[in-house]
Amino acid sequence: MGIGWFLAVSAIVFSIGAGGVLTRRNPLVVLLCLELMLNGANLALVAFARLWGGEDGQVFALVVMVIAACEVTVGLGLIVAIYRRQLPIDVDELNELQG
Amino acid sequence: MSAVIFFIAAIGAIAGAIGVIAVRNPFYSVLMLIVHLVSLAALFLLLRAEFVAASQVVVYAGAVMVLYLFVVAYVGGGAQLASGPVLRILGPLFALALAVELCIAMLGSTLKGISGKGAHYVLGFGTPRHIGTLFLTKYLFPFEIASIVLLVAAIGAVVLARRRRGLETMGEEQQEYRISAHPPVNTGTIAEGAGIRVPTPEQLEPEVEVIGRPRDGGGW
Repeated sequence: MGIGWFLAVSAIVFSIGAGGVLTRRNPLVVLLCLELMLNGANLALVAFARLWGGEDGQVFALVVMVIAACEVTVGLGLIVAIYRRQLPIDVDELNELQG
Repeated sequence: MSAVIFFIAAIGAIAGAIGVIAVRNPFYSVLMLIVHLVSLAALFLLLRAEFVAASQVVVYAGAVMVLYLFVVAYVGGGAQLASGPVLRILGPLFALALAVELCIAMLGSTLKGISGKGAHYVLGFGTPRHIGTLFLTKYLFPFEIASIVLLVAAIGAVVLARRRRGLETMGEEQQEYRISAHPPVNTGTIAEGAGIRVPTPEQLEPEVEVIGRPRDGGGW
């Protein structure tokens, strides 16, 4: 299979994630869509590593996975804190930081 | 053979991604993301990234998704609201435009190898040995930074999600009491000795009055 096919899949997955971040209001699903975007980027990195013939892109993909795990941890901690404060679990309602 | 595996995995990955945003219940969204991640691991295998595929399945589809499932089960899904009318129309349009733009940018580039199968495969490409060597030599600094970021995230999550006083309903024993006892009786004061002060029955029992709960100390 050509590398271009993998890049097309990564672009589609990234776009689906971006659309989900825009359209969904549940912060849990927004975090899941962020995961989708990171995974699309990961697929592109690994595909380019295959194209180039070096493992540097794979190392980068692993670092992205580490950062994604950190983001999930902090995001889920925030959601649990929101739930404990009995605030609405809805990104449109949580607008206290809006200017 | 690899083309068949590619199309199965690609369809699985895209269908899982669509399922994540299309399904109403967040619990099923997480399950769809697991489908997506496993399909993506198959794509990584086709790209000779064995170690990345293995860690994708073990770390992502295993550990991180279990964390998600716990939180979804704890929070309970939340309100299943659709977004406003503007975003509901503009969001998919934006996603479509982004997909087209990314495809044009990547596939329309003048990279010669993009239609080929990639560089010549050397034995041992993408194995843990090579990845580990790179991590400990060329990319030592990002490796250490990643460990610090992990530590910060772990501590931050504990601080964010910890149980604070005052947020939950308190038990009876945690209420604050004011004990307004009269001066102790029969303790040999001058007034008692002179017979001026005679204790009444209720003075023998201290009076206990609940004045309220401790104030909410939390804030974030």
